[in-house]
Amino acid sequence: MTTPAIAARGLRKSYGDKTVLDGIDLAVPAGTVFSLLGPNGAGKTTAVKILSTLVTADAGELHVAGHDLAADPQAVRAAIGVTGQFSAVDGLITGEENMLLMADLHHLSRREGRRVTGELLERFDLVEASKKPAATYSGGMRRRLDIAMTLVGGPRVIFLDEPTTGLDPRSRHTMWQIIRELVTGGVTVFLTTQYLEEADQLADRIAVLHGGRIAAEGSAGELKRLVPGGHVRLRFTDPAAYRSAALALPGTTRDDEALSLQVPSDGSQRDLRSVLDRLDSAGVEADELTVHTPDLDDVFFALTGGAAIPHQPKENAR
Amino acid sequence: MSSLPLAVRDCSTMLRRNLLHARRYPSLTLNLLLTPVMLLLLFVYIFGDVMSAGMGGGGADRSEYIAYVVPGILLMTIGSTVIGAAVSVATDMSEGIVARFRTMAIHRGSVLIGHVVGSVLQSVASVVLVGAVAVAIGFRSKDATALEWLAAFGLLALFALALTWIAVGMGMASPNAEAASNSAMPLILLPLISSAFTPIAAMPGWFQPIARYQPFTPAIETLRGLLLGTEIGNNGWIAIAWCVGLAVLGYRWSASKFGQDTK
Repeated sequence: MTTPAIAARGLRKSYGDKTVLDGIDLAVPAGTVFSLLGPNGAGKTTAVKILSTLVTADAGELHVAGHDLAADPQAVRAAIGVTGQFSAVDGLITGEENMLLMADLHHLSRREGRRVTGELLERFDLVEASKKPAATYSGGMRRRLDIAMTLVGGPRVIFLDEPTTGLDPRSRHTMWQIIRELVTGGVTVFLTTQYLEEADQLADRIAVLHGGRIAAEGSAGELKRLVPGGHVRLRFTDPAAYRSAALALPGTTRDDEALSLQVPSDGSQRDLRSVLDRLDSAGVEADELTVHTPDLDDVFFALTGGAAIPHQPKENAR
Repeated sequence: MSSLPLAVRDCSTMLRRNLLHARRYPSLTLNLLLTPVMLLLLFVYIFGDVMSAGMGGGGADRSEYIAYVVPGILLMTIGSTVIGAAVSVATDMSEGIVARFRTMAIHRGSVLIGHVVGSVLQSVASVVLVGAVAVAIGFRSKDATALEWLAAFGLLALFALALTWIAVGMGMASPNAEAASNSAMPLILLPLISSAFTPIAAMPGWFQPIARYQPFTPAIETLRGLLLGTEIGNNGWIAIAWCVGLAVLGYRWSASKFGQDTK
């Protein structure tokens, strides 16, 4: 069976005369993590709301877990779990009561409900806080409770809308671990994020949403190959050394003010050695050498018209 | 897919959630209960002498005015309590938890039905509490039979159901709790321009039709008739028509709001 867990063809949605999604095609194989990446306002949340039955699409053939969204939304609902951008917990009641509420709504027996609740509270490290109102939880705890509640019914497809936005680094890594475990269990995860690193870390496939369309789709590696940008950057303090290095390395991009050179490079050991050999034979020594490989930031900015955003290349390795 | 037993189960789950809220945070309910009790004491003990002097050609004493004012106060208690429903529905709708409910395979109406049943139960409890205060300060029914008591209770419950659905609609239509509380204000102000505190005949002529046919007056007159043996006339039918009309209107309004896409 190769029916995708999530399939969309020609998904469109506009609010008034503002087109949010302008014909989107998606196919997410079961048991994988799919990440929808895009800047704020790109329509990521709208896509999640449509696929999770909260909002109706204007047009498009949409299937989730094998069910037609328009024809049988209730069957879709029975198969999915959603953790929205804003925490979907009841702040007035305790964490445990939130979990038992979910168990009741999934029509579990009292005993089964208690068992599942106990297990999930344990797994998400919420046992200690389980008797406190959820409103008193920290951001990370709320998010963990949120996901735990989503898992009560054992959903096969999980939508996570910016699950780590606003979390501190530790909570973010905990959340990543949780998501990886979900996929190991065979669950399909549809993840939206504005953090490129997150998509890089978690997703099997990534789609970049821009201007209501999918600007590019592929694995992180495939996307990175879409943009040029691998280079070695050499910096000098001595203008004379800078000039002779520029002569020794033809084909470099010069930045005379910063006294730095950008040498196109794939970042391999062989390539680096040849650069260094040429510098040695010219008798110059760079004050600083950094290797820059294209990352998702480059892809993202290249695809979403990053000219407006200050491009700050990330130096990956020294 | 959602067969009746499952629908009932979902509704009762939602009801439990709302009652849990009410039990854990009783301050809203108690605040709303304060208004009718204060008004009861105010009108009986502070304005009581003046008010009773204007009744029945003067010479009415305080116990007669207590009897006159209590039916209106009881219905006002309902008007006041359902403001809580408007506020809690509006609060609920602005929270992520309701978005979660919408993405679950549960009975679609259960969220609202849970609110409505919870609010009706709270209204009944509030009416009993205010009724107890009324009895404590000297209210007595006049020869009401068991059947009349039952009918009185039924009327109060039906009235509570009708106002609750309207309040839920107001809550659904409001962007936040403050707006909900404001838009539900008429529910506690309407009794002031009914026959609750003064007879309609004592009001200016042009205003009398408004006071006479607004929802509270027929219900108050019916309750008076049942508990105190006054003339009910066609007030009973008008009251029931109002209740059914308001309940259906409020239900339709709330359901259509709930069915809309989230923003």
